[in-house]
Amino acid sequence: MDLEYSEEEEEFRSRLREWLGKVLPGLPPKPDPTDWPGRRAYDLGWQRMLYDAGYAGLHWPVDAGGRGATPTQHLIYLEETERAGAPYVGANFVGLLHAGPTIAAEGTEEQRRRWLPPVLRGDEVWCQGFSEPDAGSDLAALRTRAVRDGDHYVVTGSKIWTSHAEVADWCELLVRTDPSAPKHRGISWLAMPMDAPGITVRPLRTLAGSTEFAEVFLDDVRIPVANRVGAENDGWRVTMVTLSFERGTAFVGEVVACRRTLGRLAARARENGRWDDAVLRRRLGRLSAEFTALWRLTQWNVSEAQATGGVPGTGGSVFKLRYSHARQELYDTAAEVLGPDALDLGEEWTADRLSSLSYTIAAGTSQIQQNIVAERVLGLPKGR
Amino acid sequence: MHFQLTDDQRALRAGVRQLLEGRFGRDALRAAVDGSERQGGPALDRELWRELGEAGFFALRLPEKEGGVGLGLPEAVLAFEEAGRVLLPGPLVATELAAATVPGAAAGTTVVTRAEGPLVAWLDAADVVLGDVAGARPVRSVDPLTPLHRVPFEPRPSPPADTAAHDPAGVLLTAAEQLGSAARSCELAVQHARQREQFGRPIGSFQAVKHLCAQMLVRTETARAAVYAAAVTGDPLEAAGARLLADEAAVRGARDCLQVCGGMGFTWESDVHLHLKRAWLRTELGPSAAASEEALAAAL
Ligand SMILES: Cc1cc2nc3c(=O)[nH]c(=O)nc-3n(C[C@H](O)[C@H](O)[C@H](O)COP(=O)(O)OP(=O)(O)OC[C@H]3O[C@@H](n4cnc5c(N)ncnc54)[C@H](O)[C@@H]3O)c2cc1C
Repeated sequence: MDLEYSEEEEEFRSRLREWLGKVLPGLPPKPDPTDWPGRRAYDLGWQRMLYDAGYAGLHWPVDAGGRGATPTQHLIYLEETERAGAPYVGANFVGLLHAGPTIAAEGTEEQRRRWLPPVLRGDEVWCQGFSEPDAGSDLAALRTRAVRDGDHYVVTGSKIWTSHAEVADWCELLVRTDPSAPKHRGISWLAMPMDAPGITVRPLRTLAGSTEFAEVFLDDVRIPVANRVGAENDGWRVTMVTLSFERGTAFVGEVVACRRTLGRLAARARENGRWDDAVLRRRLGRLSAEFTALWRLTQWNVSEAQATGGVPGTGGSVFKLRYSHARQELYDTAAEVLGPDALDLGEEWTADRLSSLSYTIAAGTSQIQQNIVAERVLGLPKGR
Repeated sequence: MHFQLTDDQRALRAGVRQLLEGRFGRDALRAAVDGSERQGGPALDRELWRELGEAGFFALRLPEKEGGVGLGLPEAVLAFEEAGRVLLPGPLVATELAAATVPGAAAGTTVVTRAEGPLVAWLDAADVVLGDVAGARPVRSVDPLTPLHRVPFEPRPSPPADTAAHDPAGVLLTAAEQLGSAARSCELAVQHARQREQFGRPIGSFQAVKHLCAQMLVRTETARAAVYAAAVTGDPLEAAGARLLADEAAVRGARDCLQVCGGMGFTWESDVHLHLKRAWLRTELGPSAAASEEALAAAL
């Protein structure tokens, strides 16, 4: 067991740090959270800078245009960019973390050439059209229909909770291509251009007041058969490749950010007198142990991924369960530090507290994650 | 960075597991409990203690030129985790900590205990007692395999500095035992949940049971990362934090295991209560949880 970074890894870190120190001061001001075109432009602009500096698609395979970095280098990248206060992946999330890696793993040469470079260069934004009104945790129950018409699919149905739908160029869409097959076997994965006729995007307001996701209605949308990644009716397997990426290093930057937030919470409590409360102090102390442990668990999982040379394993579900809960606990503690100010939307931690509420739901609810851990890791029998 | 066990560390763990399962398996554990019942308290198995000494259990961190194995805290943590799995009795941590200073401790010929706050374990059986045990009086220990004495003890007023000054090795070796116990409780619960049938199916197919088991694993694996990392860095604060997570994993793990086992879990015959009682006991050794939390908060 070794927590020291190698000379190459440290060199990678210092080169990155130097670059970040040079470029970050020149960034344009952050757009208002409600200004979606502004947010898109900002996120894509940052991606373009990464691309020009050779940091785009760091963890992607080289033959997909990525840098083929090791999981540890990717960890360092996420740690350093967060430390330096660099922009988040933002609107590039689906392209870089879901759709891109799926196309890299399952797409044809032509598909990779068409879709991967624009993601890396920061030219195109993707969204994820998986969930439906009647298919959430039971994703395979999805009903959006795709009927073959010559060299096109004609797609009808609706998607929901689609993050970034308003500003996306493409949607990774799961559709039902064989309604008579068992539910996991009749699904296909399509790349849908968001400007195709028949698409209506209706933004949904979250409890935080913002419009982070949307409903997407599909009415006879024609999508070329050539946009299908993987074989017809093999979309479930293709999707699982994507989801395992989602549960890998996705939260590294956030864990670093949480540890910093904890330090700022303590500073605030010392300022406003709440520090005198031993119960609160102890709660903060325990959270410090918690986030240090989560950081170590991340390093453990990354080292494991590096050793097995591949896709992150079930360690991701263990991590997500613990982390999503810890994050909510962090912001509940923040509210305790703030006291009555926790009701002021002008306090940044108030907004963070609200958004933390989605962590035990998005990307597989905590109940579903516990099913996964119990069945796939502990080998308990499947329920009904 | 390679934060995974090395091949040597895996081999060490397998070796210790084999030794302990052979020498202190379930039958030996229950025989020790029965013996304790008959004689009004547990007896320390001196022969086992010497065998452990010969195998290097107490000397893992002692330099080779002093007759030790010359390894580090991570290796000692792995060995103590195995001891926690089988609920090996005795003042293991105190003896290991004394390996370099008390003659015979490393070899397993001298049994060492120490006063830890208000409690001292195995006072009568130990050859050497460290710390102030004046006025110690025996208590009826909740753990049938750990005799306890209570020492008059004034809690010191400033806990944070106290924790930072605490030797992280002792904290971590105890935490490692908690970790092993937590992992074992999870295994026991899962085994039972797979076999026991109610309503015509294994109880492990019920989500309420599944989720208890899943959380046991989550707590154990998070504590594992924390304990191992603290053993690598040797940082006292990181050790204090890791210990909090290991305590939680062990105590909650045994509690949930008890719940999964139903009425059987409430019996003397089941091993669950042995894990729970020892886990309770270990949380009282070393610095208090409150002191650890205060120390971590003070460093924020
Ligand atoms: C902020 C946010 C962003 C999102 N972004 C996207 C996106 O970009 N694209 C996309 O496709 N989706 C997205 N989602 C959707 C997300 O994946 C789903 O919300 C999630 O999978 C849960 O589905 P559901 O909302 O239909 O809840 P349901 O599945 O209806 O669950 C409701 C409750 O029932 C429980 N439950 C359901 N089934 C079981 C079971 N078998 N065992 C035990 N309990 C069960 C759940 O745990 C939950 O507590 C997003 C969600 C959020 C909150």
